[in-house]
Amino acid sequence: MRKIWDFHGGIHPPENKDQSLGEPIAPAGIPRMLTLPVSQHIGAPAIPVVEPGDQVLKGQQIAKARGPVSVPVHAPTSGTVVAVEPRPVAHPSGLTALCVVIEPDGEDRWIEHAGLADYTAEDKAALLERIRDAGIAGMGGAGFPAAVKLAGRPGAEIDTLIINGTECEPYITADDILMRERADQIVAGTLILKHLIAPGHTLIGIEDNKPEAIAAVRRACQGHDIEVVQFPTKYPSGGEKQLIEILTGRQVPSGGLPADIGVVCQNLGTTVAIHRAIAHGEPLISRVTTVTGEAVDQPRNYDTLLGTPMAWLLERAGYRAADNNRLVMGGPMMGFTVTSADVPVVKTTNCVLAPTEAELPTPPPAQACIRCGMCAEACPASLLPQQLFWFAQGQEHEKLEQHNLFDCIECGACAYVCPSSIPLVQYYRAAKAEIVQLRQDHERANHSRDRFEARQARLEREAAEKEAKRAARKKAAEERAKKAAESGDAQEDPIQAAIERAKAKKAAQASAPAGDSRDKLEADVAATRKRLEKAEAKLAEAREADDANIAAYENAVQKTRDKLQNAEAALAAAPAPDAPAASSSGDAAQDAIARALAARYAAAELSPEEKARADLEKLEARLAKTRTKLEESRSAGEQDKVIEALESTVVRLEDKIATVRQSVGMPAEAEAKNQGQTTDPAALAIERAKARRAGTGKSSESPKEVLERNREALNKKLTTTRERLAEAREAGDDTVVAFEMAEAKLADKLARVERELAELEEA
Amino acid sequence: MALVRITSPHAQGQNRTASVMQSVLLATVPGVVVMTHFFGFGTLANILWGGLLALLFEACALKLRKRPLGFYLRDYSALVTSTLLCIALPPYAPWWLIVVGVGIAILLAKHLYGGLGYNPFNPAMVGYVVLLISFPVQMTAWAPPRGAGEVPGLLDAVQALFTPAAYDGVTMATPLDVLKQNNSLLIEDLWAANPQFGRWAGKGWEWVNMAFLAGGAWLLYKRIFTWHAPVAMLASLALMSALFYDGGSSASGGSPLFHLLSGATMFGAFFIVTDPVTSAVSLRGRLIYGALIGVLVYLIRVWGNYPDAIAFAVLIMNFAAPFIDHYTQPRTYGHSKPRDNSQGGES
Ligand code: SF4
Ligand code: SF4
Repeated sequence: MRKIWDFHGGIHPPENKDQSLGEPIAPAGIPRMLTLPVSQHIGAPAIPVVEPGDQVLKGQQIAKARGPVSVPVHAPTSGTVVAVEPRPVAHPSGLTALCVVIEPDGEDRWIEHAGLADYTAEDKAALLERIRDAGIAGMGGAGFPAAVKLAGRPGAEIDTLIINGTECEPYITADDILMRERADQIVAGTLILKHLIAPGHTLIGIEDNKPEAIAAVRRACQGHDIEVVQFPTKYPSGGEKQLIEILTGRQVPSGGLPADIGVVCQNLGTTVAIHRAIAHGEPLISRVTTVTGEAVDQPRNYDTLLGTPMAWLLERAGYRAADNNRLVMGGPMMGFTVTSADVPVVKTTNCVLAPTEAELPTPPPAQACIRCGMCAEACPASLLPQQLFWFAQGQEHEKLEQHNLFDCIECGACAYVCPSSIPLVQYYRAAKAEIVQLRQDHERANHSRDRFEARQARLEREAAEKEAKRAARKKAAEERAKKAAESGDAQEDPIQAAIERAKAKKAAQASAPAGDSRDKLEADVAATRKRLEKAEAKLAEAREADDANIAAYENAVQKTRDKLQNAEAALAAAPAPDAPAASSSGDAAQDAIARALAARYAAAELSPEEKARADLEKLEARLAKTRTKLEESRSAGEQDKVIEALESTVVRLEDKIATVRQSVGMPAEAEAKNQGQTTDPAALAIERAKARRAGTGKSSESPKEVLERNREALNKKLTTTRERLAEAREAGDDTVVAFEMAEAKLADKLARVERELAELEEA
Repeated sequence: MALVRITSPHAQGQNRTASVMQSVLLATVPGVVVMTHFFGFGTLANILWGGLLALLFEACALKLRKRPLGFYLRDYSALVTSTLLCIALPPYAPWWLIVVGVGIAILLAKHLYGGLGYNPFNPAMVGYVVLLISFPVQMTAWAPPRGAGEVPGLLDAVQALFTPAAYDGVTMATPLDVLKQNNSLLIEDLWAANPQFGRWAGKGWEWVNMAFLAGGAWLLYKRIFTWHAPVAMLASLALMSALFYDGGSSASGGSPLFHLLSGATMFGAFFIVTDPVTSAVSLRGRLIYGALIGVLVYLIRVWGNYPDAIAFAVLIMNFAAPFIDHYTQPRTYGHSKPRDNSQGGES
């Protein structure tokens, strides 16, 4: 006899298992519709590989694993995919999730599949691959991908393999009946696991309230080196950590895995699934689910196709909806309620519990905690639930973590014994979620701060570069005026050369690589034009539908248009097929310069100044249009997001116009004042402000006033954005990121305005 | 029926705070019956009068704190407090003494701290100690037990309660008093000279203590509390008295049996020390808590100024309970050590 250990705490709730054990497992049949969530496991959700309208066969993969910690999903029967869309699923939060919906054709036609005659000949990796491809995730609790668990970690010696046949939670009998009826399959699966892991001991742990199951499994184990261990019934001995302690006396270190202490624990249903996958090549497409509770007439176990609606199962069992006020997926201790019977059975659904009000009464209102300590006595994790409750009420997160809140397995033993009916687990869950959320927020805040700082640095750098470029351009223009004749020739001036090189580089980038065949450029233009058309169509659609994303689409259109312009320019700049290849000189730099200059002049065959003016006109037209739109949406009380987007477009356009104006030296007086020192920031600021004034048409305002007005507006916007950010954070909203970005942008803009203002004042 | 959303667990045990309190009340019955047998109806009168007052005070406090009356009154906690206090008071106490005691217990010691579950000190013991300090004469006037003097009747009890001035009851020093003022006599001589001594301890008292022990054992059986605190207290009290018992010299503090069966020992061990709200919470903490109370009881009984010491010892340890809790956290599953207490002190 193996030594049995005890774990701290635990309770003995009424078992209520006999009700569903009267009948053998029955097939639940094929429902009218199967809804298969792509995420039935812990880890990354699978990626659907079918589309509505596709015909699928039984066992065909309909969603593939995404990354290593993920498993695929298979069609439980043959039929037609009717939808791939979010549907309500069984999740404590009551959320929807992406599902593949299949309408069965009733033929139940299998895809071609074959098992391995002798798995021992196969190597370990191939077997694991098979298990993974069969979509097998833990079927007892959280649904951890089985292959990942079995692959183990390098360096972790496994000495004990435990098959968990405990099923300690009241009402549930899925594993019990599986042991009674399919003990041979359990043993076959166990042998596969043994082969994979090569542990020193292999144990099947079963609570002593299942004598029939124990006898059946013992019989099936004869002749194999598998030990069936029975131990006293106590909730929650089926918890992985508790079971390991019962059977080995060892405790899984906090935050660690059983593998850390040389143990691998697998659920019974999972073991059977592994057997079916290896020996028959069948993926995980069905499971045994207990349907019980006093609100069904014939509680029993059903062999259920995954994706079967709970309602279908309940119907089979003679459900009396009128007597039932809460529908539990899972057992009475750890199951969660669902608000609709339409949610599907998934890989982890071991029980559907439909109790009557008399059976599981609605909890009475909580009374004060009298610190009786019964919860601490019952807690299998040896926590102090009453202290945790106290701290959770006071939101003392640090204390909660000090008191090991995260070691709570949410077994509910504490709440079960609490004489004051305090919903303790609810408090712990909420506190855990809150702490996790705060940690994430903290990280995200750090992240966005870093991002903001990086952006700030980049903007400053860019501004400096722009200044330098502008100065250079001006000089170049002067020189060009002087040496108009020699424009294509070699330049002695090193600065000039550098500038030209930079320009050349830019040009080269635009027409990547310079001198590329016109064909490619033409293709570019065509593609971009197509994209533009598409974007415009989408924008129109969005406008029609009054979508909130109008601004985003507009942005996209704008960007695409810009790109198109660039591409066209590049195309124009590209050497015409019949043109001689730039310069005969072998100097690459020389070539580049020549090409760049050619590009500049070739662009619409305009002089640089003329080109700039044309640009300016275009920009101004766009600005005017955007402004009207802004006014419109303002008066129409559009969404803030839209208005903001428009506003930022206006600002951007204004900036651009100012730059273009300067580059062609439009406000001549300013340029003259500079006397070549175009890098003077004050003059620059004044100019920009003037340009803007010209743009806004509010000629009565001085540049300073304009800036101040801007600053005020920005300040206001920033404050509201911050407020909304705070709100979103509090609500745990996922718009937080959007607001954070908006905030960063606004702060950025404000800083710029302030800088300009300071410059202005200095001047 | 509309499907509701409730978090797990969906099943709940049979224990209810109200039923816990009821069990505690029920468990006092044997002790009270024996007390009535030996000292007459005084204690019973106290309990009834005190219970009435407790409900009244509780209702007032709840009203003031704007809490639902019915919901909280039905938790029986006020009745438990007043009953425990009234058992500790001398029988045939005047009505106002009980008014003051219960008032302090319910209003000051319980509701001023935030009500049930939030009070750091045992309300009954706070009431008792305040009375003991303020009215030492009334608080030490115990009637003689049956067999050592005349036991007053039912009418006497009512008279003593409501017209204390007209009541002239006989009082007699308790065995603990006698032992304290032992006038340098050997224990044997004390026993011989004083009628209030019985076989092992005080006449009547030994039976009263046994009755409370029985009530406590029943509560233990019903798993209303764990054995840790009471057993630790009794053991440490026995150990202390064994250590300092020298066979009965005049300087001796009385035999272990004498201490275990004297005064409020058993009552304290099973009905006061076990008060969950004000004791340490972890099992190890309760062991320490109980043991230290036992030691304090002995120290105060033998060398202190008061003949009995349960109330003082308990209140002192109420103070210490949070610290005990802080240093006796259980080792959480999967942790090699109990929580590292060096970081973050108790605030
Ligand atoms: S069981 Fe309930 S009342 Fe008792 S200490 Fe725990 S939380 Fe408080
Ligand atoms: S739910 Fe958490 S605190 Fe409560 S008994 Fe289970 S492990 Fe302990």
